[in-house]
Amino acid sequence: MDLKTSDRIASDVEIAAIESVLGPALDGWRTGERTASDFHVGAGGQQLRDRRPELLAVLHAVNDRIGWISPGAVNEISMRTDVAPAEVFAVASFYALFPLTEQGPRQVHVCVDAACRAAGSTDALVPLGAHASPCLGACERAPVGLVTLAGAPARHALIENCTPAAAQSIIDGAWPAPEADVAAALPQPASDRTLLRRIGAIDPLSLDAYRAHGGYDALRAAFAMGPVAVIREITDAKLLGRGGAAFPTGRKWDAVARQPARPHHLVCNADESEPGTFKDRVVMEGDPFALIESMTIAAFAAGCEHGWIYLRGEYPRAMTTLTAALDTARSRGYLGTNILGSGFDFDIEITRGAGAYICGEETAIFNSIEGYRGEPRNKPPFPVEKGLFNKPTVVNNVETLINVLPILTEGALTYVTRGTEGSVGHKLFCLSGAVTKPGVYEVIYGITLRELIALAGGLPDGRTVQAVLLGGAAGSFIGPDDLDLPLTLEATRSVGASLGSGVVCVFDDTVDLVDHVRRIAAFFRNESCGQCVPCRVGTVRQQESLTRLTIGSRPDRTRADELALLKDLGQVMRDASICGLGQTAHNAIDSAIKLGIFA
Amino acid sequence: MVGLATVFGAGGGTSSYAEIEATDVIVLWGSNARAAHPIFFQHVLKAINNGAKLIVVDPRRTETAQWADLWCGLNVGTDIALSNTIAREIIHAGLANRAFIEGSTSDYEVYAASVEPWTLARGSEVTGIPVDAIRQLAHTYARADRAQLCWTLGITEHHNGVDNVLSLINLALLCGHVGRFGAGLNPLRGQNNVQGGGDMGAIPNRMPGFQDILDASVRAKYDDLWSLAGTGNEIQDRYGWHLTAMFEAMGRGELRSLYVIGENPAQSEADKGHAVELLKGLDHMVVQDIFLTRTAELADVVLPGSASWCESEGTVTNSERRVQRCRQALKPPGDARDDNTIIMDLAAAMGHTWTYGSTPREVAENVWDEMRALSPMHHGMSYARLEEHNGIQWPCPDHDRIEPSFLHGRLWATDPSERGRLAPFSVVIDAPPVDTLAADFPLRLTTGRRLDSYNTGVQSGGFASPLRFGETIDVSPEDARSLGIADGETVLVSSRRGGVEAPVRIDPSLRPGLVFMTYHFPEQVDVNVLTIEANDPKSGTAEFKASAVRIDKLRERVPVAGN
Repeated sequence: MDLKTSDRIASDVEIAAIESVLGPALDGWRTGERTASDFHVGAGGQQLRDRRPELLAVLHAVNDRIGWISPGAVNEISMRTDVAPAEVFAVASFYALFPLTEQGPRQVHVCVDAACRAAGSTDALVPLGAHASPCLGACERAPVGLVTLAGAPARHALIENCTPAAAQSIIDGAWPAPEADVAAALPQPASDRTLLRRIGAIDPLSLDAYRAHGGYDALRAAFAMGPVAVIREITDAKLLGRGGAAFPTGRKWDAVARQPARPHHLVCNADESEPGTFKDRVVMEGDPFALIESMTIAAFAAGCEHGWIYLRGEYPRAMTTLTAALDTARSRGYLGTNILGSGFDFDIEITRGAGAYICGEETAIFNSIEGYRGEPRNKPPFPVEKGLFNKPTVVNNVETLINVLPILTEGALTYVTRGTEGSVGHKLFCLSGAVTKPGVYEVIYGITLRELIALAGGLPDGRTVQAVLLGGAAGSFIGPDDLDLPLTLEATRSVGASLGSGVVCVFDDTVDLVDHVRRIAAFFRNESCGQCVPCRVGTVRQQESLTRLTIGSRPDRTRADELALLKDLGQVMRDASICGLGQTAHNAIDSAIKLGIFA
Repeated sequence: MVGLATVFGAGGGTSSYAEIEATDVIVLWGSNARAAHPIFFQHVLKAINNGAKLIVVDPRRTETAQWADLWCGLNVGTDIALSNTIAREIIHAGLANRAFIEGSTSDYEVYAASVEPWTLARGSEVTGIPVDAIRQLAHTYARADRAQLCWTLGITEHHNGVDNVLSLINLALLCGHVGRFGAGLNPLRGQNNVQGGGDMGAIPNRMPGFQDILDASVRAKYDDLWSLAGTGNEIQDRYGWHLTAMFEAMGRGELRSLYVIGENPAQSEADKGHAVELLKGLDHMVVQDIFLTRTAELADVVLPGSASWCESEGTVTNSERRVQRCRQALKPPGDARDDNTIIMDLAAAMGHTWTYGSTPREVAENVWDEMRALSPMHHGMSYARLEEHNGIQWPCPDHDRIEPSFLHGRLWATDPSERGRLAPFSVVIDAPPVDTLAADFPLRLTTGRRLDSYNTGVQSGGFASPLRFGETIDVSPEDARSLGIADGETVLVSSRRGGVEAPVRIDPSLRPGLVFMTYHFPEQVDVNVLTIEANDPKSGTAEFKASAVRIDKLRERVPVAGN
């Protein structure tokens, strides 16, 4: 298009970063030096616009190299992708990990959510020079932080035991000690685990070890039975989505398989951003081939030709592990053409998120992969009809996908005997906060909250449960009187709660719960994408009202006034928001009020 | 228009806007539609969004070219060389549509022989476009299921403009890209009603509905309806003069009086100094316009008319041949009057009482109905139907049906007898611009339009635009460097006919040797002083697009012939 760029020019370093993704410019017309060979011919159009899905990767490349997205880089990206500079800027500004003002190469993020906050990491204690960050998905090691160092290559590392003093030393130039082994996040003995049985037992990047421990048996079974039978097994096993919405996976696959439009796509939602959730990270870091095999089966069943793993930008170790595992699988013929001689072709690429909770929403993920702002789409059309690139798309969470493996190896008839009538099979819970052995616990649906907390070693001596945040920021607080709640979809639903993404964050009697509730309100305010009014305005008003309620800054407004306003706001957001973010932004606050936290 | 009428018998774009959006390949040749035809370009954008490929052929890498998958920057005036080269490549690659050529066209063999010397290498040498790009253009156009070839003044404003058009029509015939839904040939029109003016007979050789004046049966219809037979005032058996021929006739002293309606020849003609002298030499000139134009200032009588789009009743016909109703929203200001009424009063003063009605709406509809009775292709377009269908495309001969949105579908009829006159290929000879480059005039000046101004600025100059920066001489960065001139510096631009002063604007969309100006600001810079009055003998259009000029720094100013 006829672009109008500003006069800011990209540096050679920025151009090299951009070209590391996009390759050299087509000709000298848009960028660089126009030479005699350009005088009578020019390229552009569709071949430039086709690069739009690489926008996120290009922005990452620039940010990784110089630590921010400069105006010159915006111009350069614009000219090389035929996307207007205002739109490049709009996309970059959508993501928290892309600074748009000049920064030093070293960025330190300190988590101030749920478990880390309970461990003392509050906004006020984040040192100058570091950013207060939403949950970094390493709650079993709370408090944690993340450091990124721009350069060639950029370095990223998780900061364990990220006290204010530790954060300060990282800001000052230290580099964090290597992370604990991923198996440390699994306190259960291996014999008690099915989905997670390989983690800690094998080298995550050894394909042979994976195969020696039952790997790729399920894919062979799938190829033997054919796509229709695979979908029937998944349906008979009553597998429900583990991302929070609990939609029947078999029905989703079947709907996509039946769509006449081609190609079909598969997206693995690994944008694990719900505060308190870290199970998908553990799976990807500890058993990456399980995810790759599961995705291959899903793609085979639903007729998908290409898969994407949309991975949280804040998961550097999962990124490294998955990238290496994908390379290995590809070089060994487990991805690519004619997989295992079946005639089935499939490959997977990773899209690295950049710090936007909303991109875990199943349609926002499409816009993000396509190179647009990660704003959710209206439904219908549903993803199974028009999803990624407007083609029929299966979107499944990591945990949902790996449940496919035992279903196919053991059979639906065996799998379906586990759990309850409405909640079948294995479920991963992320225990954090005031438990002595935080980590990921694999259980069968139906265990009570009290039993689960006991499994995690219970609370430290002398402490009692004040409340449990079940399901994350979009979930709800459960009081000490309700600990015998069975952890099933139907039981939680009956008390107005939700298992959500499997978060069980335990707050003991020393915690300031009001502060946590206000943090949740702040979280939703920050993470609202701003597209629809109920959520954009509602999350702000909700936070303001909670602040007034806490510090009483408006004498003319009574407590009853504020509670009535909060209730109204919650109702408006639930009824009128486009997506689940706005619809659930009041859940935790509502449950906290009902627990009498603001009494 | 002349080219299309020669080949197909009707001088209109063959496709509709909806077909542009549904096509696979669009070639915009000599057209900066993004700036000059912004409404049409909205349809192109929809096509692009639907996945169509866009190829732009233009000496400049224009705003339009920046949207293109492929831009071919030919040397000015080498359009025929390029189209002949493309034709040869299509034929040699086996991509010519044999079925269509054999069933629906004539004169193929002689045409094929005429393009045979145009190898890719020769075409590349003449046009400047690399061989690969020409091949890509040829193959993309020929392989498309549906392709559109659209052009504007970059094709027609040459001394051989009609041949240029014929050469493009040849390509469509070669590939069968005409007469089908989504495939066609489309000249883009600069105004809402350029098409309508020609359709209504405001051209020297046709009666309304493109009926040839030389056809006795056509003349008889008019003579009968107007009871002219035997009066000695029958419609004459000869063509009239087009605008350029009129000026030539003024020069010879044969044309002594002129009635100008809505034209501004004092500023729009090439070599305008000469044009003004001729207009001043007339015995009598009447100008009917909504503004006191430069031409009106020279007139003996000025008749203030009405603004068609808001102060008149009637119809307009757009580029896709769609006849649309115009309705009066405002009364013309002051003494300005409805144009129909002015003409009726003139007739009355000459002793003819025309009774078309008393209100502008009545007059307009009755005039229209009379025209419909005489023009078969408008016959079915009553005002009621025009309103019902939100405009109707011609041809519309029947009261009870709407014809397909594209023209010349007859060429694809299964039964050969229904195909009518076969579409003839035309042998066209490459003819470089008349104004040749030389050591003292080394730069090729081409002209064009910008988004926010219209022609001589009569209609657009009265409105402010944040984009408008006045007339400039646009120069490539390379030429600016070698001439030692800076952005914004006023320089002398001279051709063999005269010189003007204009500020320099450095434009990286130009290559060395190519400079650019518009006509939008004749008060500021009189660009027509520079352009050559070399007219196409068939259409009368002047070669505005190719002049030889040089640029001098003002302090080094030297006398120039004719200045």
